[in-house]
Amino acid sequence: MTGGPDLLIVGAGPAGMSAAVVARRHGLDVLVVDEQSAPGGQIWRNIETAADTSRAGILGKAYSDGADVVRRFRASGAGYLPGARVWHLEPGPRAFIAQNGVARCIDANAILLATGAQERPLPFPGWTLPGVMTVGAAQILLKSSGQIPDEPVWIAGTGPLSLLYAIQLLKAGGRIAGFLDTAPSANLAGAFRELAGAFLGAPGDMLKGFGWLMALRRQVRFIGNVKEIEAIGNEALERLRYITANGRSATVDARLLFVHEGIVPTIHPTLALGCKHIWNAAQDSFAPDLDTWGETSVSDVFVAGDGARIGGAQAACHLGELAALRVAAKAGRLSRAQLAAVAAPVRKRLKAALAIRPFLDRLYRPRSAVFVPPEATLVCRCEEVSAARILEQAAAGRPDPNQVKAFTRAGMGPCQGRQCSYTVASLLAAKEGRTVPDVGLYRVRPPFKPITLAELAALDAGAVIP
Amino acid sequence: MSGPVLDTIIIGGGLMGLSAGLHLARSGKRVAILEKSWVGRHASGASAAGVRTLNRALEELPISLEAMDMWRNIETIVGDGCGFHSHGQVMVAEKRSDVPVLEKRLAKTRNAGCGHEELIDRDELLRLVPALSPYCAAALIVRTDGAADPHRTLRAFRRSAEAAGVTIHEGCGVTAIDPLGSDWRVRAGEREFVAPTVVNMAGAWAKTIAAMVGDDIPLGHKASMMIVTERVAPLLKPVVSLVGRPLSFKQTDQGTLVIGGGLQGRADIEAEQSFVDFMELSRSARAVIDLFPTTGSLRIVRTWAGMEAKTSDLLPVIGPSPRAAGVFHAFGFSGHGFQLVPIVGAIMADLIIAGGTRKQIASFTAERLMQRQAVA
Ligand SMILES: Cc1cc2nc3c(=O)[nH]c(=O)nc-3n(C[C@H](O)[C@H](O)[C@H](O)COP(=O)(O)OP(=O)(O)OC[C@H]3O[C@@H](n4cnc5c(N)ncnc54)[C@H](O)[C@@H]3O)c2cc1C
Repeated sequence: MTGGPDLLIVGAGPAGMSAAVVARRHGLDVLVVDEQSAPGGQIWRNIETAADTSRAGILGKAYSDGADVVRRFRASGAGYLPGARVWHLEPGPRAFIAQNGVARCIDANAILLATGAQERPLPFPGWTLPGVMTVGAAQILLKSSGQIPDEPVWIAGTGPLSLLYAIQLLKAGGRIAGFLDTAPSANLAGAFRELAGAFLGAPGDMLKGFGWLMALRRQVRFIGNVKEIEAIGNEALERLRYITANGRSATVDARLLFVHEGIVPTIHPTLALGCKHIWNAAQDSFAPDLDTWGETSVSDVFVAGDGARIGGAQAACHLGELAALRVAAKAGRLSRAQLAAVAAPVRKRLKAALAIRPFLDRLYRPRSAVFVPPEATLVCRCEEVSAARILEQAAAGRPDPNQVKAFTRAGMGPCQGRQCSYTVASLLAAKEGRTVPDVGLYRVRPPFKPITLAELAALDAGAVIP
Repeated sequence: MSGPVLDTIIIGGGLMGLSAGLHLARSGKRVAILEKSWVGRHASGASAAGVRTLNRALEELPISLEAMDMWRNIETIVGDGCGFHSHGQVMVAEKRSDVPVLEKRLAKTRNAGCGHEELIDRDELLRLVPALSPYCAAALIVRTDGAADPHRTLRAFRRSAEAAGVTIHEGCGVTAIDPLGSDWRVRAGEREFVAPTVVNMAGAWAKTIAAMVGDDIPLGHKASMMIVTERVAPLLKPVVSLVGRPLSFKQTDQGTLVIGGGLQGRADIEAEQSFVDFMELSRSARAVIDLFPTTGSLRIVRTWAGMEAKTSDLLPVIGPSPRAAGVFHAFGFSGHGFQLVPIVGAIMADLIIAGGTRKQIASFTAERLMQRQAVA
């Protein structure tokens, strides 16, 4: 065939590393590329350096667990290119990467996209003020350099990550001014129905989660059922206003506000490839349409981990293993019967790892303002387009999101619509009484990660490896 | 069927369709534009929007120069400036040995009686484009050429066409055209429209529409690629192109750099999809960095390929159908139709209303392509 690797893995997080280990075990030639300078992905970012420091204690057991996976990945014999961005993909499959200022492309027999998730975009009035950032970004600072904000922090949001970060921050000696829980209390009823399954399937995780919640409620000002937030300030965040579903509202001084409303699969790579996508209603997000091994509608392209559906690190590992097994079987390294036999225990563990998800999805389902923000809210930060401007364009008919993009410039900036694509779809859907999957997202125009002119200039036919 | 009574049905809601609709409606005609997707979805929205007479084919120059007069007054025509600036277009000879190409071209236009192009030396070139690498030798310039903003242009033409009474049907792809008495019945799936005249301005898909009325016009297609970078501080004003290397380079009002020049991606006309070929596109990036070395570190924000019909002689088809009375064609602009948009609408109105035009379109007949095919 091409002479390239048997399996090219994009992303050295839980899914990517686990897949690499399994694929190597079955004799495949594996190459792993990742933007970060060390393996670990989001959850285990910087684990090799932080493992033996006090930071590991602060970040908790789920973090330390990563050290072992990274060790096995390092020992697997898989090729590894750190600091390498994949910026375009084509069926074939072929990946275009940029590393050390040079672009080149790699032809592989199979590609596994283990590119994880991004935080759900959550525009609200004032979200672009300096001093406002996402919990995910704050956690990156904590993991990579142990950075703790020197001001008390307001945290507003839902989802396990907001809670986890709050606990980690307290342990690290940070201060929390208050925690605004934005999960609608109505979620509880739905979550309650999933409670038994979650407790039976994942008693440890459930107890851990409740433990966090209790600890947090004891230690910081905790306001539940928050419906709206607004960041106020001239040059930077000065005040924070919130309203609860019960109509209680308050304006408080604030210098730092960290927000989070859960995560959604990173689908730019699969959109760029033209893969089929489905709407995951339980997680209010699009996801690539995958078979039971993680193969997309484009042959020999697989997705595993949170990029497939949000399931957490443990599930990501198992999804990565399954995809790797399938690739090995396609390459003739495993018979059909062998494949079924090796996969069965992995599937069982996967099921256990996902047991808590229906409960979490219900409990942390974002409030409606996350999807359809007030009109004055900036929707596209790159091009400074407001929700009102989008709605004005919508008044001219039933526009396609691409049409809205062309005529408002929303989505034309350097983030390539990562921040506003869902919001524009939600605004149009709400305005026209349609659903988000019916409206759809922007077409992805390559590159899906920025490259520089110099990097592109360095790409030529000679740069195909090998 | 019992829609409103129509005089003309225009197939294709690109800039050409809008311009024709505008001119016809202003002359009192009842016009409907049928657009398969949405207005501006294809070439017109993907365009580099260069407003260029520089280095145009001599056959196109008469209408192109006339179009230039319209661009200068574009605000009075469509109520908005369309982001048009005439900071000039320059064609740069990088090497001494490239200069004769420019001299020959200049002699040709001068012989044809056109004095709009001018040869400038390195000093004048660097005065006009100070950011340019000083190794360049000379350039051909049209100081009154320039560029517009494609989406602003689309919005302005759309608004004024609608204000003049044109009805635009989006998501309305034409599937069949049949004679109905002395009229034409145009079908778009379940929907039907009837009018005595039909204009085919369906861009990359014009061949299919022509075939519906029995015109077999040989037509290829292009998928020209573009690059847009992040915004930067003002770098240059004129549009820069090169002798011997495919490049067109300019900065928009927003500050982004727009890089084109006709390098070809891939198009799947039937699927209405186009694809960028990055191996090929890297040539544009290289040319830009050679000319403007400070641009190397700029991030590329977007690339795309826009689809358009291409003729064998790279001249458009503008005129009546050879076979079907009441049907008119305007397509095959081969990558340089944006500048012609205002004039093509006026020509179409002349042809339909007066049965002829004083504008020089003799080189643009459909027959010339069909004869060539017959000979071949
Ligand atoms: C990348 C690129 C860069 C360019 N740069 C320049 C430049 O710098 N200067 C310049 O002068 N020119 C430039 N051009 C050319 C210029 O943009 C085009 O010549 C011009 O926009 C053509 O307009 P149009 O209306 O004919 O085509 P389009 O805008 O393509 O319109 C045709 C329309 O017909 C519709 N259609 C097709 N089939 C059907 C059907 N069956 N029923 C109904 N509707 C149908 C399509 O959906 C489409 O919207 C460029 C073109 C491209 C692609």
